[in-house]
Amino acid sequence: MKYLTEFRNGEIAQRIAREIHAATTRPWKIMEVCGGQTHSIIKNGIDQMLPAGVEMVHGPGCPVCVTPLELIDKALAIAAQPGVIFCSFGDMLRVPGTDRDLFQVKGAGGDVRIVYSPLDAVDLAVKNPDKQVVFFGVGFETTAPANAMSVHVAKRRGIKNFSVLVSHVLVPPAIEAILSAPGTDINGFLAAGHVCSVMGYWEYPPIAKHFRVPIVVTGFEPLDLLDGIRRTVIQLEAGKHEVENAYERVVTFQGNKPAQKLLSEVFEVTDRAWRGIGVIPKSGWRLNADYREFDAEYRFEITGIHTEESPLCKSGDVLRGVIKPAACPAFGKQCTPRHPLGATMVSSEGACAAYFNYGRFLSAEELAGAGKVGS
Amino acid sequence: MVASGRYNVVAMCLAIPGRVDEILNEGDLLIGRVNFGGIVKRVCLDYVPDIEVGEYAIVHVGFAISKLDAETAEKTLEVFRKMGMLEEELASEEEAFARAAAAPQSNCPDGSCGVESESAGQQVGESAKVH
Repeated sequence: MKYLTEFRNGEIAQRIAREIHAATTRPWKIMEVCGGQTHSIIKNGIDQMLPAGVEMVHGPGCPVCVTPLELIDKALAIAAQPGVIFCSFGDMLRVPGTDRDLFQVKGAGGDVRIVYSPLDAVDLAVKNPDKQVVFFGVGFETTAPANAMSVHVAKRRGIKNFSVLVSHVLVPPAIEAILSAPGTDINGFLAAGHVCSVMGYWEYPPIAKHFRVPIVVTGFEPLDLLDGIRRTVIQLEAGKHEVENAYERVVTFQGNKPAQKLLSEVFEVTDRAWRGIGVIPKSGWRLNADYREFDAEYRFEITGIHTEESPLCKSGDVLRGVIKPAACPAFGKQCTPRHPLGATMVSSEGACAAYFNYGRFLSAEELAGAGKVGS
Repeated sequence: MVASGRYNVVAMCLAIPGRVDEILNEGDLLIGRVNFGGIVKRVCLDYVPDIEVGEYAIVHVGFAISKLDAETAEKTLEVFRKMGMLEEELASEEEAFARAAAAPQSNCPDGSCGVESESAGQQVGESAKVH
């Protein structure tokens, strides 16, 4: 692809890559938390530009991937009810529940819509007063302000037929959970730039200090990612563990204050189950008592749904960075984007789907041996 | 590139820069018409209340979350356009449904319909089939 060649051969990319090579004296494992960054790293072959010892480990930062199967089943149960307009971002449509996905619910006559903004779902509620309009509010801190505003506006306008199925997850508790896990060997983190554009990065210095890991706030473009990796490696080689902002053009230390204000007004922190990982304490947001009437889990009778995950799927290990996607016995065999066993294979931001779609079937050694990889 | 063998509909954590062309005061919300390299969307500006017409902001799922300068914004837009990310993020509902419908079919599980690969090349998908 022309763009890839342009990027890799570009003067700045080459220079940053050389600096990383020059700085590196020993192996390092760096985790990028955000699924969008995983996608960009694999798509642009950034991991292949790094010194052999510098390994990018893909973190749990894909909102689709970490949404528990049980919540998907709850969404499907609501979406299939007559009189419901079920609104979602496109990402969630092909995420399989136990026996179907939202796209199939639509095919079977369910009214499932893809919206650009949660406010579109609020508008649908106003236009369809005889229907219950439900928005599937999944995502990290980046998406939460949009969902918070939709609920806030619905309450302010007295809209009674709108609700959200909320499963918000938070990055800092996930980083702490990964670093606290026995046997963890992650040396540094790239913090997700757009999460930090909302939240700032004031939550990170205590984590960097306590676990002695550098954390570099990093953007999504290939050059941003290379620069974030460069800064992390330089800190690691110098024995530093500081929080650094490599995405200054978008992110400030304090973040977006008006957004944080509304978030604290609408949501409260809760323990949250992460698909494949399990419950991480205080790692999510749910609607607080003032907004509970807008919580779809309370409005619809779905509390009886309890779902187990596929035993073959190792997405939990992939999400924690314990194994690479291709190391899962089911990868590319029982589990493919067409027949995914876990959400890491479903979402475009999922590490397994990124590996599958960009041809990372084989190990780096096998690829090099086969002469397939140009750098 | 549409429905190109990947399940790409909306990257849920991606935010892209756009220019505020017009600010509409719609009752209780500050709404802007925001231009993303030619595609115009209605965007909530409540989280960047001091933004003015002609200024740029990073926008995520219809909400401006951070202002940024024009030069940086245009550069980023160009990068995302080249990476095919604009069309994913800004797809209409019809386009998004079409992608959801088509993408899994083109991701043939045994690799026989080919897997799009930009970093390692199509051959890798082919050779994987043999292994």
